[in-house]
Amino acid sequence: MMPVTGTTDTHSATPSHDAPAREGAPLPAAVETPLLSLHGIRKQYPAVLAVDGVSMAFGAGEIHAVLGENGAGKSTLMKIIYGAVRPDAGHMEWNGRPVHIGSPGEARALGIAMVFQHFALFESITVAENMALALPGKFDLKALARRISEVSERYGLPLNPARPVHELSVGERQRVEIVRCLLQSPKLLIMDEPTSVLTPQAVQQLFQTLRQLSAEGTSIIYISHKLDEIRALCQRATILRGGRTIDEVDPRVESERRLAELMIGRDFPETQRRPHHTGKVALEIMGLSVPGDGPFGTALAKVSLQLHAGEILGIAGISGNGQAELLAALSGERPVADHQAIWLDGQPVGTMSAGERRRRGLAYVPEDRLGRGAVPPMSLADNALLTAHRQGMVKKGLIRHAAMAAYAGETIRQYDVRCGGTVAPAQSLSGGNLQKYIVGREIGQAPKVMVAAQPTWGVDVAASALVRQRLLDLAAQGVAVLVVSEDLGEILEVCDRVAVIAGGRLSPARKVSETSADEIGRWMSGMFPDPAAEAVAVATAAAAATA
Amino acid sequence: MMRLVPRAEPSQRMLLVAPLLAVLLTFLAGLAVFASLGQNPLAAFKVFFVDPLSDMNGVSELLMKASPLCLIALGLAIGFRANIWNIGAEGQMYLGGIFATGLAIHFNEHGGAWLLPAMVVAGAVGGALWASITAFFRANFHTNEILVSLMLTYVADLLVKFLVYGPWQDPAANNFPISINFGEDALFTLLATFGGDWLEGTRINTSIFITLVAIPLMWLFTQKSFAGFQLAVAGAAPDAARYAGFSEKRMIWLALLIGGAAAGIAGVTEVAGPIGNLNDRWTPGYGFTAIIVAALGRLNAVGIALASLLMALLYLGGEAAQISLQLPKAISQVFMGLLLIFLLGCDVLINYRLRFEQAAAR
Repeated sequence: MMPVTGTTDTHSATPSHDAPAREGAPLPAAVETPLLSLHGIRKQYPAVLAVDGVSMAFGAGEIHAVLGENGAGKSTLMKIIYGAVRPDAGHMEWNGRPVHIGSPGEARALGIAMVFQHFALFESITVAENMALALPGKFDLKALARRISEVSERYGLPLNPARPVHELSVGERQRVEIVRCLLQSPKLLIMDEPTSVLTPQAVQQLFQTLRQLSAEGTSIIYISHKLDEIRALCQRATILRGGRTIDEVDPRVESERRLAELMIGRDFPETQRRPHHTGKVALEIMGLSVPGDGPFGTALAKVSLQLHAGEILGIAGISGNGQAELLAALSGERPVADHQAIWLDGQPVGTMSAGERRRRGLAYVPEDRLGRGAVPPMSLADNALLTAHRQGMVKKGLIRHAAMAAYAGETIRQYDVRCGGTVAPAQSLSGGNLQKYIVGREIGQAPKVMVAAQPTWGVDVAASALVRQRLLDLAAQGVAVLVVSEDLGEILEVCDRVAVIAGGRLSPARKVSETSADEIGRWMSGMFPDPAAEAVAVATAAAAATA
Repeated sequence: MMRLVPRAEPSQRMLLVAPLLAVLLTFLAGLAVFASLGQNPLAAFKVFFVDPLSDMNGVSELLMKASPLCLIALGLAIGFRANIWNIGAEGQMYLGGIFATGLAIHFNEHGGAWLLPAMVVAGAVGGALWASITAFFRANFHTNEILVSLMLTYVADLLVKFLVYGPWQDPAANNFPISINFGEDALFTLLATFGGDWLEGTRINTSIFITLVAIPLMWLFTQKSFAGFQLAVAGAAPDAARYAGFSEKRMIWLALLIGGAAAGIAGVTEVAGPIGNLNDRWTPGYGFTAIIVAALGRLNAVGIALASLLMALLYLGGEAAQISLQLPKAISQVFMGLLLIFLLGCDVLINYRLRFEQAAAR
């Protein structure tokens, strides 16, 4: 076992930073030898220096948050700890002894487990079979099923080992991943954005499990961009920026605002809301039912919705509950059979194609940017032509390159898109910058209705703030905006009204001021009043009031 | 252990250099092939690649072969850019030849200056009609266009045979499967008839101008037209095309009709050119070779023009090698195969890097 390269002695050999971390200082939660410590870890990729001399330590039983914007180096660092990526320089110590982790197998043998953001489960086999595949040793399903039940009971993670995975909700699938890790009694558990797919109630349950693990001495590395969760759960937080350690703080005593500012390195802009005025109905869905997309899709059952000009309506819900089907039907990527089921600007459009709906004033920011919202190898100018070609970019079937470049340039300028100009290929931009460009391109077409799916998913804090503000501004100009998002915080921040989608059904819409995260959380698990019944109830109440 | 690792940013320059590199490697491999056949490699190389171009007649033959290859490849490339793989240009070319022949036979005695242009139009319609069968099934039933277009080629081949063994057989042909020879009005004019002693005896004809016009048209279509842009988007990111609302059906039809029409016209330039009739073995597989031409030319108008010249040279060199060196006819195909393999190999190495690793420490 040898350190990877270079610096073999400890703290003193770490490169100096302009913002010195408190790495030399005694570690508050781990006065004894930390479970795992990193010393001067560095990783250079062909285009970027992903990790630039990071040193940090994880104490036994500690819940330690690693915070940072996209590209700060969090994922690379975790991959290094998990043995999936080799650092160029620096070394690690496990219980005070130098250690070389050459592969995920070696990491697991040490007692390091990782729950990934995207699950790797086989849909068609059962929970126990999935786990048996991942575990070393003899293939004994019966004994394994017993152990699964034991572990899941002990940590409050109810799970039926005999159920096939495709029947499980996303939250349950995550439970499978966690239990799979726990079966190996890990000493260090790495969790990458674990709550992005959970309801608020499920988040609380997860936190209890994590606290219990921590009390039993398991160290947890917790990666998330949800600052309120980090403040509620973690004992320490290391902030990364540009591949370097910027600071190490106790998140329980810092404000969310302060944490955000440490992450982005400057003042944090706050979104400006405006009073909720609504105009006439700009988009209406009436009893829309469509079959699910593929064998594991979710069918929509009688979805109804009214979106008014000048308002922002949020559709909350955990992904996989019919969002993809709803968006495909709304955008026209998959037109529906019933022409009268969708109305845009006072006209039925159900059977119309995406192009025809765009001509009638629909703009759409899709969830996946590369490959859908933008053509990866094509330039930003070409990507302007993709949907904004009605803005005078095509004349008699020929492309007007000057108009294209002007539109792209204007979008880049107005939305502060960091890129190599209008000729830069879409795939060369970071996620946040590409998202700003796509949002700008769609808004620039002066739509009547804007549909935005996961508008800030995977986008860094500053870019998220800009995108949300532009959506608010758009509504202030009288445009109807529909935001479909898994991020409840985002919906509560920008939306006037909110509805929840669960199991292909859509809840009634509530004013954001008249609901709570708690109620929406309950609705996310499908427990909401039937919209039709509610409409009757409201009408009766109104009638009773006037009587 | 050897592994292919994706490169972060494939070099754009190498993408253009690759075809040249592939040609160079083909030449080198060719020397080895000649040596293994017991020939003096350099002398054989000269016979194959240099001698065919040593006189005006050779150049004329080169252009005669390059012209239909180029025309077909230009049409195919438009579809290939959209990931619509029309493999049946050979059959679409047959149909072009059949439609043109129908006119030529019917108006044999009473033609006029209008006959040849009418045959060109008929050929385009014939090729497009044949391709439209593929388009219809792909657009409405999601059938695989590669299979359908390829199978239809064999149907088209049988159709030609049926006609030249049956209703269109020349009564004076002693039962040979061949139509009557076309009249003057149904043939492209030899360039030599416009004067110029240096063209004396060459077979090159006015059909070359069709290809010369098609090259800039294709360039205009792919670089400047919105329809060309839509097809490119569909090829690079089908989800983005659906998202933007570009009609998939329209693109399938457009790509296949253009490819079919171009192949159909190429068929006319053959039957109304050097062949002068319809028979059952009038093409050396231009429709298939054009697929290599399109790939070698990087689906780009200028690249395709150059690639078609090279492929034509391989045909001519193969003929010369058969005559002067008594090498088998398959030698041309060996070279085409080598060229394609080297091109694909270069492409892989542009996008991926070879990494040698010790067996992973487990």
